Amino acid sequence: MLCDICGKNPATVHLTEIIDDQMKELHLCEECAHEKSAAMEQQFGLSDLLAGLSEFGKSAKDQEPISVKCPSCQLTYADFKKLGRLGCGECYNTFRKYLTPLLRKIHGSSQHIGKSPLKIRPVHNSSAKKKDPLAELRIKLSQAIAKEEFEEAAKMRDQIKLLEAKSNNNEAKK
Amino acid sequence: MQLSDLLNHTCEWLKGTGPNSDIVISSRIRLARNLEGVPFPHWADPVQAEQILKSVADAVKRTDMLKKSTMFRLAEMDPVDKQFLVERHLMSIEHAQKTEQKAVLIDEEEVIAIMANEEDHLRIQVMQSGFNIFEAWNIINRIDDELSKILHFAYLPDFGYLTACPTNTGTGMRGSVMLHLPALVMSRQIERVLAAIAKLSFTTRGLYGEGTQASGNFFQVSNQVSLGHSEEEIIENINGLIRQIIEQEAQARDVLLNKSREVLEDRINRSLGILKNAHIITSQETIELLSMVRLGSDLGMVKDIDRRSINELFITTLPAHLQKLENKKLSSQERDLKRAELIRKKLNF
Repeated sequence: MLCDICGKNPATVHLTEIIDDQMKELHLCEECAHEKSAAMEQQFGLSDLLAGLSEFGKSAKDQEPISVKCPSCQLTYADFKKLGRLGCGECYNTFRKYLTPLLRKIHGSSQHIGKSPLKIRPVHNSSAKKKDPLAELRIKLSQAIAKEEFEEAAKMRDQIKLLEAKSNNNEAKK
Repeated sequence: MQLSDLLNHTCEWLKGTGPNSDIVISSRIRLARNLEGVPFPHWADPVQAEQILKSVADAVKRTDMLKKSTMFRLAEMDPVDKQFLVERHLMSIEHAQKTEQKAVLIDEEEVIAIMANEEDHLRIQVMQSGFNIFEAWNIINRIDDELSKILHFAYLPDFGYLTACPTNTGTGMRGSVMLHLPALVMSRQIERVLAAIAKLSFTTRGLYGEGTQASGNFFQVSNQVSLGHSEEEIIENINGLIRQIIEQEAQARDVLLNKSREVLEDRINRSLGILKNAHIITSQETIELLSMVRLGSDLGMVKDIDRRSINELFITTLPAHLQKLENKKLSSQERDLKRAELIRKKLNF
C-alpha cells in the first residue's frame, strides 16, 4: 500500500481521523506522517488537552501562574502547559499546588501508595516534609476504601476536608 | 551480542507458551524511572543527556540481573535495525525517532529491555509469554530494586516516582496484556467488551502500543492509572479484568464452534489457502489471515501447523524482519513478493 499523500513511499502509518462525525482512514509513509503530526500538533496539541484538564473546576482567584519557574531546570508553568511534560523531578515541588488537582483528575488520587526506591536522598525541601498529616490521611483513606471500610473512610474524608480548608486559609493569610 | 543474533531466536512474547497462551499472547510490565537532579530527556541539553546515558550504562554493568544484556546506541544504528527492534517490541516507535543520546538495552532472552532517554530517563520493560503478569512483576521488581541501589531515582513520598508526563507519576508502572480475540470480533461482541474495559480505566491499543490500531484481532489492554494504587493492586486489577476477557473469548469460541462450525471452518481454511498459495501479500493481509490460522490451530481445526510456527510468521513477515533475513534493503513491492515466498515455504511441506 502506498502513501495517501505522496503516493510514492510505502504506507507504514495508519491513522483514523474523525472530522464532523465523518471517519476517514489515512495510510501514510513515515515522512508524510511526520509532517501531518506536526500540523496536527499546531491545530490542537495533545499537551494542551492534557494541561487543560487542570483548568477544570478552578475558581478565578487561584489561576495558574504562567510565569512560575522551576529553580532547578528553568521550566515555566507555561512551558508545561505547552509541552504537556515537566522539566525535572524538582518541578513536582515547584508546581505542587497546581499538579495536585491535575494528578487527582488523571488518577483519581494524588497520593502514592506503592514501592519506594531502596536509596532515597534526604529530603531537604520544606514543601515535601516527611510527615505530612494530609498525605498520611490520604493513604489511610485509600486503604480504608480498598478494604471497603466505608464508615472509616467517611471519617478520614471529613478530616482531610477540614485540614485542606485550614491550609487554604493559612495560605490566603500569607 | 549482535542484533542479527536475535533473528535466529524466537522472541519471548511469541513463544506461544505460558498460561492461557491460546488467548493471551504476552504479558508485559514497564516501569518509568528518572534520575534525580537531571532534567527529563525532552528538557535536557545534549551534555546532560549524554551524562544520563553514562550513568545508566555504568549502573547496568553493576546490576547482576542485567549481566547478560547488551546496550545499543541508536544514533549509530541503521534504520532497518531500529524498525527491527520496534517489530520485536523491544523499543517504542517514538524511541526510534530523533535518536541522538538514546540507547536500548536488551538481554539475550529478550525478556528484559531498557530504553534510555525515551520519554523518561529509563523505561524498563519485562515481557513474558502467555498470561504471566505476576512473573513479569517479580522480575522487574528485582531489577528496579537492584538499579535503585546504584542510581538515585527522582521520587517524592507523596507523589511517588516522578515522571516527565503526569499520566505516569506514582508507580510509573504500566502493565499490558496482549490478547488474541478473533471470536469476540467475529461475533461482533468486541465493541461491548472494549467499552467495558474503558469504563474500568483501562486502555486498549493495537499491536504496537500507543496510537496504533488493532489489527489481526490483537488487542493490548493496559492500566491507565498509575497513582493511588500499589503495584500489586494494579496487577491484581489487570489480572481480574483479563480473566474475564479470556472467559468471554472462550465462550464466544464455543458458540462459534457449536453454531457456525462450517462458516468458521470455511474462513480458517480459506485463510490458510491464501497463505499457502499467494505470490504477493502485504503485511496487513498476512496478519489478518494468520490470525484466522492461529484460531484454527487453537481449535484443533488446523492440525499440521503448530502455534510456534504461526507465531514466528507473525514477526518474520514484518518489513524490517524480511529485510534482515534477506540482508538487503527491499522496496514495498519487493517485500510483498518475498513475504509470500517465505510464507509458502513455511506452510507447504
